[in-house]
Amino acid sequence: MAAAESSRPFSGLSDVSISEDIPVEGDISVPIDSSRKDDDFSTLDEPVKETILRDLRAVGKKFIHVLYPKRSSALLRDWDLWGPLLLCVTLALLLQGGAADNDDQGGPQFAEVFVIIWFGSIIITLNSKLLGGTISFFQSLCVLGYCILPLTAAMAVCRIVLLSGSGKVSFAVRLVVVTASFGWSTFASTAFLTGSQPPNRKALVVYPVFLFYFVIGWMILTFSPPQ
Amino acid sequence: MASPNDPFEFQEFEEADSLLKANRDATTISIEDEDIKTEKQRKADGDEDPLGTDDKTELLSGQKESPPFWTFEYYQRFFDIETHHVKERIIGSMLPWPGKNFIHVYLRRNPDLYGPFWICTTLVFAIAISGNISNFLVHLGKPNYKYTPEFGKVTIAATAIFTYAWLVPLALWGFLLWRNNKIMNLVSYSFMEIVCVYGYSLSIYIPAVLWILPYEWLRWCSIVVALCLSGSVLVMTFWSAVSDDHPKIIIVITSAIVVLNVLLAVGCKAYFFSKPEPVLTRHSSAATQVTMVPS
Repeated sequence: MAAAESSRPFSGLSDVSISEDIPVEGDISVPIDSSRKDDDFSTLDEPVKETILRDLRAVGKKFIHVLYPKRSSALLRDWDLWGPLLLCVTLALLLQGGAADNDDQGGPQFAEVFVIIWFGSIIITLNSKLLGGTISFFQSLCVLGYCILPLTAAMAVCRIVLLSGSGKVSFAVRLVVVTASFGWSTFASTAFLTGSQPPNRKALVVYPVFLFYFVIGWMILTFSPPQ
Repeated sequence: MASPNDPFEFQEFEEADSLLKANRDATTISIEDEDIKTEKQRKADGDEDPLGTDDKTELLSGQKESPPFWTFEYYQRFFDIETHHVKERIIGSMLPWPGKNFIHVYLRRNPDLYGPFWICTTLVFAIAISGNISNFLVHLGKPNYKYTPEFGKVTIAATAIFTYAWLVPLALWGFLLWRNNKIMNLVSYSFMEIVCVYGYSLSIYIPAVLWILPYEWLRWCSIVVALCLSGSVLVMTFWSAVSDDHPKIIIVITSAIVVLNVLLAVGCKAYFFSKPEPVLTRHSSAATQVTMVPS
């Protein structure tokens, strides 16, 4: 009997009733936060311009982080792929319009540049994850994509230099510019990536990044101007 | 059945049964976990280190539980190397020493995929880029020459090199497996180890290919030297695997390895590094030179 009663919790309270002479009244108030958490994530109420500008400001902030690479976690923490997409499309468009476009064995097509950049980034990310890196997949893609910024700038400079002629001097200038931006890209991306790697494998992770930017730099340097 | 005399014998939980009999409404949870039971037994037996027995049983059975091949962890096993390992393996593949079997000395049961993959990729780009540069230097100064980056050649180089580095080991592994069935060999190599040897043996070609000086004899010299070194590494590695076999098989295997290596080297050289034409007077033979552009 006792066991049956104890096994059903609160079973003894079923016949308790509140007598009517005990007043049950009061005030219940829930303090409402003036800034509820929901509002932070819901962007329905703000103007579209605000939403777009917020993303653009984030992209711009990351560009500045790439230009002055120091060990900061902003690039890694809020990753986004808008910047890499923008840079990739710009670079692919700038690599178009060369004289070699009309030939069969010519310069890289738009799709080839796209594939090299994205496929290369994915392979490098897989490589660093397989070697035991603690960085996440998209964070690594974000870093590698943003660090193409110096090379894209070099491409723009090269096209401007090529407007004035394609002799030896212009080649030397382009070589210097591309080499400098390649070094900058590699340095910037290793500054962000090597923090998350085990110490005795850093060189193994850095080498593919070096190769990646070297190939992109090569594509930029061998761009021949339209006649 | 548990004997009541032995206090260390595992005894069934009897309370659950009696509880259920008393009160049908009550819920009881019984955790039936074989591992926990056996661990308790082992602990009770006075074994201080249950993990030690786990390792011992694994080693004794000779097989580690390997994750299935579609998971990420399966491939992580092949990247378990450090920078100095890769350096040692590359140097070991460039300097063959008679009697030093690459697999036994350098791999030591730890083949990696990092080396083969990145050496192949580097070689692909090295061939494409230096072939392009040497083409440019050969035709430098000719009035009708238009420089083209020739990106199509990267695809061709990639196909050739990755086929050599991955399909030839597959064929060789299959062949060795077949021979192993017929003749009990002490030495048997896993597929990954063969891929590893082939991948690292290609590393000698990277400096050989970066010779862009347009002297024909220099290029052939460097290719032949690279050929000899990489071929000898491969032959020495596979010698011990086939040495117990029928002499005809030994000759077939060894010559197949060498011939494929030679084919790759000579083929790449011929296709990507066109022969520099003899220095004739440019003005008179400019027309004929334009028509004779080598592919």
